[in-house]
Amino acid sequence: MDNIENLATRFQERIDAGEKIEPKDWMPEKYRKTHIRQISQHAHSEIVGMLPEGNWITRAPSLKRKLGLLAKVQDEAGHGLYLYSAAETLGISRDEMTQQLLTGKAKYSSIFNYPTLTWADIGAIGWLVDGAAIINQVMLTRTSFGPYARAMVRICKEESFHQRQGYEIMLTLCNGTPEQKEMAQDALNRTWWPALMMFGPRDEDSPNTKQSMAWKIKRKTNDELRQQFVDITVPQAEFLGLKMPDPEIKWNEERGHYDFGAIDWDEFWQVVKGNGPCNKERIAARQKAWDDGQWVRDAALAYSAKKSENEEKSNGIKAQRSEGKIA
Amino acid sequence: MKDQLTKYLMMLGDNAMILGHRLSELCGHGPTLETDIALTNISLDLYGQVRSYFQYAAELSGEGVTEDTIAFLRKERTYLNVVLLEQPNENFAHVIVRQFLYDMFQSFLTPALMRSTDERIAAIAAKSIKETKYHLRFSTQWMKRLGAGTEESKSKIQAAVNHLLPFTDELFVMTAVEKEMLEQGIGPDLQSFKEDYYIKVQEVLEQAELSLPEAAPRVVKGKTGIHSEHMGYILNELQYMQRAYPQMEW
Repeated sequence: MDNIENLATRFQERIDAGEKIEPKDWMPEKYRKTHIRQISQHAHSEIVGMLPEGNWITRAPSLKRKLGLLAKVQDEAGHGLYLYSAAETLGISRDEMTQQLLTGKAKYSSIFNYPTLTWADIGAIGWLVDGAAIINQVMLTRTSFGPYARAMVRICKEESFHQRQGYEIMLTLCNGTPEQKEMAQDALNRTWWPALMMFGPRDEDSPNTKQSMAWKIKRKTNDELRQQFVDITVPQAEFLGLKMPDPEIKWNEERGHYDFGAIDWDEFWQVVKGNGPCNKERIAARQKAWDDGQWVRDAALAYSAKKSENEEKSNGIKAQRSEGKIA
Repeated sequence: MKDQLTKYLMMLGDNAMILGHRLSELCGHGPTLETDIALTNISLDLYGQVRSYFQYAAELSGEGVTEDTIAFLRKERTYLNVVLLEQPNENFAHVIVRQFLYDMFQSFLTPALMRSTDERIAAIAAKSIKETKYHLRFSTQWMKRLGAGTEESKSKIQAAVNHLLPFTDELFVMTAVEKEMLEQGIGPDLQSFKEDYYIKVQEVLEQAELSLPEAAPRVVKGKTGIHSEHMGYILNELQYMQRAYPQMEW
């Protein structure tokens, strides 16, 4: 008979062989929990991420941009949906996950606790925030848990479209008037450091990394991914004619990478703990949507219960008819 | 005649834009993810129609006029949408009823516009007919869900019907622009489907277990540019960037 140790060994062998783990397969409890945590956190990030960008929909500067932004925020709602569904395969409901978000038990990406103050922030979010997210997500298309990996393939395609759209907004601003270029520079200045923080704490402060690597939830460490992002982004900023808000950014020939300055980890932890500029407002907005929507969800449930009851009745009558019991 | 046609295009486009704007305010705040996605979708469809109408209007207008100057740089008195569509997102019931009353109107207007002598308008209408049908199906379903759902949802949606239905009379008023369009065979006689509209509305209300309010029609004149007090605030947001940063490319 299989004991837990054998199961665990076989599980690890499957992962090492590059096999995908599916929802009905045996998995260690910690693997399940880690995935619920990570996938729901990712879903919440999509949903909370709708708020800072949604902040500019009604004020978008042209019809074309308004359509682009509406479509983008709608895509994020769609990503939230597939991710919640992927997490549901592990035995948790969407409502439970929502409650965890609202009570603060579940986290979401801290970047969305920063405000969007100008139209250029919409460009900067697309370029930098989606850019950073893609680096993480491309890695996740090869993660060991099947439903998560498959959701990521689809999400990555849309995210890279968003990223190009964001960069194109920045490019238009940088080719525009001095006032527009200044708006773009200011958005880069404010978004850059929080975007670097998106990769999480330094490797030495990231206790979960080792287990996540063994389970192939992660394939690169936080610092490796962060470096990759810096290396991609610096030339993009140069092309825009913008100045990086970090005087220590310099190409390091020997390392074959850009060096960059120290991140303000105190700010990072403060925002994670709930003290960022918009943490309270983001959760309050989600709480309001939940509370205001309660009667609507109740009505939809009551209606579908009534409807299926009626259908049962009419099916019952049909059955009786076909059996010749009634005319 | 060209001026009247341009105004007519603005009327059609403004309706889509102001409703699209109200829906876009909800993006990220809906009662479920599914409804959030659906309402954003409708907003996207409406803004697509706005672009078609305004691009055409811009071509008919002089130099320097673009879809964006038409959308964002007019004075309030020259926006020609009906007052119904300015009504705020009081709650989800108001959102659904406003949508339903407009979708039902569009389900008569759009086929009529497909027969327009103006080929461009006929083509825009032909392109949007599928959207119109989908929007009406969505809003009708929600009318029924909320009407026949719970006591609370029934009372909320009945209140929204009572409040919003009196604004629908304006949809059928034939302004000078619309009379001219009728003469040219460009637009329909709105009165010709007024009765059928209310019959259909009543049918859905009955299916939704709701009653038809007996309130008198509201005296409102959005189609001649006289709006509600909500309109200034809508334009304030809509026009913000174009007013704060004039004559720039975005």
